[in-house]
Amino acid sequence: MGAKTFIGQWPLLRQVTGADRLGRGKAAMSSRSEHLEPRTVEADEVVDSVCPFCAVGCAQKVFVKDGKVTQIEGNPASPISRGRLCPKGSASKQLVTSPSRVTKVRYRRPHGTEWEDLDLDTAMDMIADRVIRTRKQFWEWEDEHGRRTRRSLGIASLGGATLDNEENYLMKKLYTAMGAIQIENQARI
Amino acid sequence: MAEAHPVGFQWVMEAKRRGAKIIHVDPRFTRTSAVADLHVPIRAGSDIAFLGALVNHVLSNDLDFREYVVAYTNAANVIDEDFRDTEDLDGLFSGFDPEAAQYDPVTWRYQPPENPTEDQQRREADLESDEVRTGGQYPGAGHKESHQAARSESHGSGGAPVSWKGRRDETLQDPHCVFQILKRHFARYTPEMVQEVCGIEPEQFREVADALTANSGRERTTAFCYAVGWTHHSVGAQMIRTASILQTLLGNIGRPGGGILALRGHASIQGSTDIPTLFNILPGYLPMPHAAQHQSLDEWVSADEGKAGFWGNVRSYSVSLLKSYWGEAATADNDFCFDYLPRITGDHSTYNTVKRMIDGTTKGYFLVGENPAVGSANGKMQRLGMANLDWLVVRDLQMIESATFWQDGPEIETGELVTEDIGTEIFFLPAASHVEKAGSFTQTQRMLQWRDKAVDPPGDARSELDFYFELGNRIREKLAGSTDEMDRPILDLAWDYPVDEKGEPDGQAVLREINGTGPDGRALSAYTELKADGSTACGCWIYCGVYAEETNQARRRKPHWEQDQVAAEWGWVWPANRRILYNRASAAPDGTPWSERKRYVWWDAEKGRWTGADVPDFIVDRAPDHVPEEGATGPDAIGGQDPFVMQTDGKAWLFAPLGLADGPMPTHYEPPESPVRNPLYGRQNNPSRRKLSDASNPINPSYSDVFPYVFTTYRLTEHHTAGAMSRTLPYLTELQPEPFCEVSPRLAAERGLEHLGWATIVTARTAIEARVLVTDRLRSLRLGDQVVEQVGLPYHWGRNGITQGDSPNDLVNVTMDPNVYIQDKVGTCDIRPGRRPRGPDLTAYVEDYRRRADVDMDDPTNGRTD
Repeated sequence: MGAKTFIGQWPLLRQVTGADRLGRGKAAMSSRSEHLEPRTVEADEVVDSVCPFCAVGCAQKVFVKDGKVTQIEGNPASPISRGRLCPKGSASKQLVTSPSRVTKVRYRRPHGTEWEDLDLDTAMDMIADRVIRTRKQFWEWEDEHGRRTRRSLGIASLGGATLDNEENYLMKKLYTAMGAIQIENQARI
Repeated sequence: MAEAHPVGFQWVMEAKRRGAKIIHVDPRFTRTSAVADLHVPIRAGSDIAFLGALVNHVLSNDLDFREYVVAYTNAANVIDEDFRDTEDLDGLFSGFDPEAAQYDPVTWRYQPPENPTEDQQRREADLESDEVRTGGQYPGAGHKESHQAARSESHGSGGAPVSWKGRRDETLQDPHCVFQILKRHFARYTPEMVQEVCGIEPEQFREVADALTANSGRERTTAFCYAVGWTHHSVGAQMIRTASILQTLLGNIGRPGGGILALRGHASIQGSTDIPTLFNILPGYLPMPHAAQHQSLDEWVSADEGKAGFWGNVRSYSVSLLKSYWGEAATADNDFCFDYLPRITGDHSTYNTVKRMIDGTTKGYFLVGENPAVGSANGKMQRLGMANLDWLVVRDLQMIESATFWQDGPEIETGELVTEDIGTEIFFLPAASHVEKAGSFTQTQRMLQWRDKAVDPPGDARSELDFYFELGNRIREKLAGSTDEMDRPILDLAWDYPVDEKGEPDGQAVLREINGTGPDGRALSAYTELKADGSTACGCWIYCGVYAEETNQARRRKPHWEQDQVAAEWGWVWPANRRILYNRASAAPDGTPWSERKRYVWWDAEKGRWTGADVPDFIVDRAPDHVPEEGATGPDAIGGQDPFVMQTDGKAWLFAPLGLADGPMPTHYEPPESPVRNPLYGRQNNPSRRKLSDASNPINPSYSDVFPYVFTTYRLTEHHTAGAMSRTLPYLTELQPEPFCEVSPRLAAERGLEHLGWATIVTARTAIEARVLVTDRLRSLRLGDQVVEQVGLPYHWGRNGITQGDSPNDLVNVTMDPNVYIQDKVGTCDIRPGRRPRGPDLTAYVEDYRRRADVDMDDPTNGRTD
């Protein structure tokens, strides 16, 4: 590197002589930072999403590379959020990548003192058996006044406000067919 | 709003930039207060007194928008002469049954029109009949019991069905008309009373009143935004009613820049109410059948069928839902499988269900993205309930406290529960995150927005769609061949969804089923196309149109810069992609805009159609001067000047003749635990509040020196509800690393609390500890000759996660609003310096408080106020 080039790269000189008089853009870049690119540029795919925290419904763009989420940002096109995200929405990538996230089924047997491993297929089968058993055990055709009720008060469910409409729909449909009525979500809490 | 809905708050700031005045009413000074024109500190739980005084100010000074009020509200309706107000009965309305703590609303009704039709007379006779009203041979059944089953909430898409439009006096002079009743009801809600109840100075009250009335009318509109600061009370529904009355009197409903905007707290909490995972309703706010009233399809739809307005077509919505549930099996011959629906008989809400768990009569429990051990009131009740189950399925992203209560919950620490004694079998199933599944959320303004899937969920993680589809498949396989009648609804269920190569069900197919299909199998475009003959199917009638033209309308993403400010091509809003509900009210009775400045939807006389910026919320060719024919039913009965098309009388209700469990008008009652007496009535508390009697839910006696302070809970920007989605994220934990309580400098001095030191906060339920923040953000309030101190508690913490601490919800008692069974988050407490006792010492410490406060453990919900 010649002396002229060296001096020419001096940020203050570039700021004074170049277009970036405030020194907040090109003038402040080193040769390294000049060639840096945001990781969003390298994404294989950008997927439209919506923030999962509060109910404002800020639009998100999810950047994916090699099948992994690399960044989540606000979508400027949204008439609701105009690209902004709050601290929670900005942190939402960590919901996906959090090291403490549990990704294997855990099982605690009655009176057990520790979690155990269980494979998903077995767990699903055991849950289906328990639903059938408890439903039957608490089945009620009529209440104490002889009015037809066709239900089971043995089973309850809580949750839905963080889930999709389609998920809530299948939940209520299945529970109703089972005769389970104690189905609730955060709306009351 | 800046704290809990920060990105939505940008629009408040936009409004401020254009000259709007921002008023923030909140017990604590927050980031919202910091940028508001005026912060009004208020005692938690006293909002009806404050809002009621604003109503009184409007009425006594003739500041209402008279033309709007006369034409569009029930101000002119004349009420039954037997009606008695809380002014007459010292805090009770007529019809109260002290035994059942319930109202019979028969005296709240409209006086009949001059010539009632035969059908109207029959319905009214039904209402009057003792047999129907009290359930005849079944004690507790009928209208009164249906109130008890949160029936009022099933009117989430319209008011309760009244029999007729009723007699009206449009001069508003009849002493029995709503306008005059309202005036008398709120006459004692004065600025001086506001000071005594809420702790707000009269000058500050007048500043709010003047700003509000100056900014309402033809040329201007005012909006109210609220969240759980209004809903989490034993009078929550009535708090919001008070704001509705105020906004209706000022003509701020159905107009741009107006309204009462519920800022809901979860991504799809609106969606999970519309397509409910709630006990008392089915999709589209159809009521769950009640065993006392609904034993056939005819009985189920009879309350609404044929009445004026769009609820009059309820049979079409109901039959179409049954067709979506049971497909081919649902036929006209078998009442479209109506009998497959289970019936409710009362309160089956979450707290009552937890009580059943404690009592051992509910034994299996699914927790799906919810953490009641931290997020629900009285965490101990929640944990004692879960410890008494046969099995518990927890589906979440992280190991939440509700899954680990048997290992390290507070009751394990005190010895009240012993791990080896807990027989609950627990399955923790990892869930998919929001980017690992495709689906729609409905945000707080009823907008559905579709999310595409970005990546596959890791390991065993699955979506709820996948889990419930698979669970249904397995149950159906295991029961296949059963001849037991109880299994028919499961085996006949329409449960056939297309799956992708990984076996995951297709969410868009489910959304299409929700939208509904016609006789040709094509997606429908509007709920007006639904039929009662079984030729259409629709999973949620108010969502009909979201898949119009076989296109997922919720997936639309046209940038706002390519659209006008209504931005109708971003997402899809129920109903009918309409952005402002009841927008016919944005025009005067003659159909012209109230003003050029507030033009939104108006009548185009030349074309004979309603037109404007939004989808008109009216029958599009119904002229403003249309008068329905006598005997008309359903939408045909909507007059040209009836903007509130989901109400059976087409009018906004200043007085609710039916549908509310605790009175036709809001009344100030103290929270179930309060340091002060109710200065307005002899009745201290809401007489219809729902109590939950259990040894784990003792109530602090009111006006007790042992529990002299008020506490309330709230959110922080950096955390989310019960914390599973925020205490587990390093970024957010770093921003807000530790639980704390906020106290005023005066309270700190009174109790010797040190800034950044520890404090123990105690109620009859338990004691918790938190770091102390001594701050002017919480003000000492002067109520008459008494100073009331409030302790503020962010509620996000529990014992798991990166940052841990005691859960403030463990302090909260369960006493519920009688309309919607929401708990009151305001209570009384003591606060002392230092950390709380550990282990069994904690139980002894709380017991000592109970003894000193004279809590009656044989009657734990007796707060000594009734």
